[in-house]
Amino acid sequence: MILKALFAASATAALLLALPANAGQLTIGFSQIGSESGWRAAETSVSKQEAAKRKVNFKIADAQQKQENQIKAIRSFIAQNVDAIFLAPVVSTGWDSVLKEAKEAKIPVVLLDRDIDPSGKELYLTAVTSDSVHEGEVAGDWLAKTVGSKPCNIVELQGTVGASVATNRKKGFDTAIAKHANLKVVRSQTGDFTRAKGKEVMESFIKAEGGGKSICAVYAHNDDMMVGAIQAMKEAGLKPGKEILTVSIDAVPDIFKAMAAGEANATVELTPNMAGPALDAVAAFKEKGTVPPKWIQTESRLYTAADDPQKIYDSKKGLGY
Amino acid sequence: MTALLPRRGLAQILALIVILAADRMVSPQFFDLRLQDGRLFGSLIDVLNRGTPVALLSLGMVLVIAMRGIDLSVGAVMAISGAIAASLADGHSLPVVLVAALGAGLVCGLWNGFLVAVLGMQPIVATLILMVAGRGVAQLITEGRIVTFSSPDLVWLGNGAILGLPVPVAIALGMLILTGAVVRGSALGLLIEATGGNARASELAGVGTRAMILAVYVWCGICAALAGVIAAADIMGADANNAGLWLELDAILAVVIGGTSLFGGRFSLVLAVLGALIIQTMNTGILLSGYPPEFNLLVKAVVVLAVLLLQSPKLSGLAGIAARLRRAKA
Repeated sequence: MILKALFAASATAALLLALPANAGQLTIGFSQIGSESGWRAAETSVSKQEAAKRKVNFKIADAQQKQENQIKAIRSFIAQNVDAIFLAPVVSTGWDSVLKEAKEAKIPVVLLDRDIDPSGKELYLTAVTSDSVHEGEVAGDWLAKTVGSKPCNIVELQGTVGASVATNRKKGFDTAIAKHANLKVVRSQTGDFTRAKGKEVMESFIKAEGGGKSICAVYAHNDDMMVGAIQAMKEAGLKPGKEILTVSIDAVPDIFKAMAAGEANATVELTPNMAGPALDAVAAFKEKGTVPPKWIQTESRLYTAADDPQKIYDSKKGLGY
Repeated sequence: MTALLPRRGLAQILALIVILAADRMVSPQFFDLRLQDGRLFGSLIDVLNRGTPVALLSLGMVLVIAMRGIDLSVGAVMAISGAIAASLADGHSLPVVLVAALGAGLVCGLWNGFLVAVLGMQPIVATLILMVAGRGVAQLITEGRIVTFSSPDLVWLGNGAILGLPVPVAIALGMLILTGAVVRGSALGLLIEATGGNARASELAGVGTRAMILAVYVWCGICAALAGVIAAADIMGADANNAGLWLELDAILAVVIGGTSLFGGRFSLVLAVLGALIIQTMNTGILLSGYPPEFNLLVKAVVVLAVLLLQSPKLSGLAGIAARLRRAKA
């Protein structure tokens, strides 16, 4: 919260002081949603790092989860005549008029992490997002490869019912394991993306499946639920990571801690580095006029115990997750 | 016995038995118990253990509601106390952590009580303020991330066992006995019911209503803080965004299922806790059933409706009339 206030203050200061940028140096304004989650905080800090790496003059405006603040920020970026605008849209509709203003001012807009309503497709340069269906597929493929031809009963911890990420991650996983007749999801229930619910639901899975003996793997739509599920398994006298395989999505620091302790097997990263590819696309567009594809998909990298989890934990924990 | 479980508790006990039977049907191993690492292990224990936070909340809530009040902030208070406990856990002893966390609950309760009793605000609005702001305070403490800890003392509070019973369950039982002893062991309970029934009449009769309103909100805050510490200890971390989220509604529901009217007056601590157990028995049953999660809320709503209909005086009146009509025809 203090950070948020600082952001808001520094963003305002940056807007007021808006000095003309050095020749050749790009100035980019980033309208960030706010600090709704740990991942969002990590995205903000990684964006700053990526901009500093490329010596870009980077201005962040924190919208505190409000669209009107984002529209205001975009208008002030236009008034400052920045070279490009990054936008992490809080909602998918209602951007047409402000994006038209940016287009008229010939300032390219890049969407980060989320897409907007299809009617506005020609109003932005490109969108850098992750494919959550693909994330589920990566998780499913890893499990299929690790299990081999043995029969495997999977229990699934779903995200919040109706959330598009949950629906997509389920779809991707189901597609991946459909090719393998020996893999079967025997139980699937929502854990609302939280640790507490993940633990509670896993407790009931263990009881419903004969004390957990018949469970071969757990798939969770996010790492937090998996952290809770790991606790539930340990309390039931089971050995997660050894007797029961685990695979989840997001790659937050705490899952690496569990992995280093041998209690988790794999996680698929939802990278907080959306700004890196966006910065590269803008630089290429400005220098050579290369028009990027409408959608730049970020890498959904798989991490396992073989990737030195302790080191990743140390490098990630400072990012604000 | 009649004092502990008054006749009006019959509907609740009946409901609990029916839901337990339903759980047994969807999950044949529901009543199986075994010892795991010195701790009882089974679905029944899950019901007790997972029901603890709402049971604790309902202990405070029932007194507030008996005084014609309501406390919407208990979920947010849980988040605050959990955040404080988790931030202090590594580096401070358990008593210090508990005093700080429960102290925060006390302060929150004082704030609510001050707004209601001294400034005369409507309880629903007064506590709505802390419901919204409290979660922000908790996020401020945790800086928006999940604060984890490894202090074995605090972890024991969430995952340990006393005589095979999970520690949270033992704490809730202790709190029920303590609250019961204070409220029913003295005239306090009677005074609360009198004030809830008619505040002006009680005041004229010499009851210090203002101090009592303040006291019940403080107690409600402390109960919520305890629930928050237990919730944090359970997952070995404080999740300010989600800890206690919407649990104020479950707590109010538990009180109402326990037969206490939202218009104040007569209340029962035991039945409020029973209400919390009814809710959790249903939740655990839903999780065990293996139905798709899309059905969770629907099933919950239907069961709650059935339990409340069972208690509705109008409906039992209608049933009585129908029976009389049938007898008259025969």
